[in-house]
Amino acid sequence: MTPMKSISPVLKKYTPPALAIALFLMAWSFGAKQIETSLGQVPGPAMVLDQARILWQEHVAERQKAREFYERQKDRRAAMLEVNPSATVAAVSYTGKPTYVDQILTSLKTVFMGFVIASLVALPIGIICGLSKTVMRALNPLIQVFKPVSPLAWLPIVTMVVSAVYVTNSAWLPKSFLISAITVSLCSLWATLINTAMGVASVNPDYINVARVLQLSPLKKTFKVLLPATLPLIFTGLRISLGVGWMVLIASEMLAQNPGLGKFIWDEFQNGSSQSLAKIMVAVFTIGLIGFVLDRIMVELQKRVSFERVHA
Amino acid sequence: MLNHTTMLLELKEVNIGFGEGAKRIDVLSNINLAVKEGESIAIVGFTGSGKTTLIKLMAGLLMPDAGQVLFKDQPVTGPGRERGIVFQNYSLLPWLTVLRNVMLAVDEVYPAWPKKERLAHAQRYIEMVNLRHAVSKRPAELSGGMRQRVSLARTLAMNPEVLLMDEPLGALDAITRSSLQQEIIKIRNASKTTTLLITNDVDEAILMADRVIPLNPGPNATLGPSFRVDIDRRADRTSLNSNPAFIRLRNEVIEYLLDKRSEVGTRNTGKFMLPNLSPVLPQSVFGSTRSKAA
Repeated sequence: MTPMKSISPVLKKYTPPALAIALFLMAWSFGAKQIETSLGQVPGPAMVLDQARILWQEHVAERQKAREFYERQKDRRAAMLEVNPSATVAAVSYTGKPTYVDQILTSLKTVFMGFVIASLVALPIGIICGLSKTVMRALNPLIQVFKPVSPLAWLPIVTMVVSAVYVTNSAWLPKSFLISAITVSLCSLWATLINTAMGVASVNPDYINVARVLQLSPLKKTFKVLLPATLPLIFTGLRISLGVGWMVLIASEMLAQNPGLGKFIWDEFQNGSSQSLAKIMVAVFTIGLIGFVLDRIMVELQKRVSFERVHA
Repeated sequence: MLNHTTMLLELKEVNIGFGEGAKRIDVLSNINLAVKEGESIAIVGFTGSGKTTLIKLMAGLLMPDAGQVLFKDQPVTGPGRERGIVFQNYSLLPWLTVLRNVMLAVDEVYPAWPKKERLAHAQRYIEMVNLRHAVSKRPAELSGGMRQRVSLARTLAMNPEVLLMDEPLGALDAITRSSLQQEIIKIRNASKTTTLLITNDVDEAILMADRVIPLNPGPNATLGPSFRVDIDRRADRTSLNSNPAFIRLRNEVIEYLLDKRSEVGTRNTGKFMLPNLSPVLPQSVFGSTRSKAA
């Protein structure tokens, strides 16, 4: 019953990662000092942390400016309406440059859109592939060939096709956003498709026998037996898809100039200031952390739908 | 041919096998069986003799290669609600609660009933198998015996005309097994449903059925002669062990099965062929890879 005994499991759990992180930071700051680039010295942890703070302050300042802009507009409008009550005053939206937080949100929106498109395509096709060996055999070569293609190869094609087909300048669905989202879905849909197909094809034959004995209609069999039974595997697929999508997103945003994290990195690289490398490193950590959070969310969802676990 | 119409379920010269060509295994051959309405039959046989295949044929989950499976003189073309089956491994849907598992069947069989009535019907059968306390539990939270009760409730709730049970108690421990045996007997005595039980336990077969039929060991398994059970079942199970009629019947069935197995054994002795292999030593493996690399 000594206090050491109660502490030791916690220590055992947290000491190794804490040590590893400390070692990594030390190696990083030591290594960074050794390399001089055309943009100055490679930034160490302290510089990166500094830039993260600056990016956040810029965001706060920009928000403040926007708020002031809208307040001024409101005041001006009230003044105008006082003079002439029938006057129509056009509302002008604030056009400041997107802050780092805005860029993160754009990236999240893009990956979400791509993920939704991918799921909408992959789930039905996956189910059909799982139900019919013939369809599976027919589509398998196409799936195997397209699966390993890099987003960088898809992007020019998607860009040309979207530019040809999608001719609007709508503000809420810009072309660059759509191009990035479609590229993301083209790369990420395969995991969901394959997992769904495998899952449906390998449903426990006992469950199928139950459906047969109850004489369920094909539709009922699919929705009451096959899909619930496949749900854990489908979620594994969705989890992989989201991970792939997030990874692919940065590359496609860079090239499609979608105003997200990818474009942020590209712009900083082109900008070439002495802070650029530090800012890019902030982006690297942001991407990693968000990817980690997205994965945890999917794991939680996956746990919800897995039925083998006992809910004690 | 006059009493032909009284047969509920009939198998006529049924043959079935799996695989093609040289790999083909004939599991059952020349199976003849007639089940009268209200009868309780147990088919007993060794593991792997084709018992499950036989019951799947009756359920319509498998089609015979030759011969006929008839239900009320009509050929069986697929599974049907009038032939309820209880599987050995319960086959409950793990994402549904006990109530939902039973409701899945009730909803299918009585779609015209109002929801309230269907719920009451499902609950009645869950109570019948003593699982009222577990209605909202999922299969993973239940013991094997409880799972099999759910499976039984699901099948009984369909009000089948014949109840097919494929080693329903095979995976249970001895105590759970004997208490479930008693419950099934009680439920059956109350409902008088025609029952066909498959088991590898001769005691269980004699205890639960009016007629015990051994399934000879496969391949090409056939059914043996019927053994009629004339034992006062009101006697409790412990005294059954000293009941001379019970002991005699058990010995007869077991002797019959053992005889048949030794026949198959002698029939098969010539068939074993050892593969022509010579041992590969680690040295020679490494030697060959090294020479390949060189």
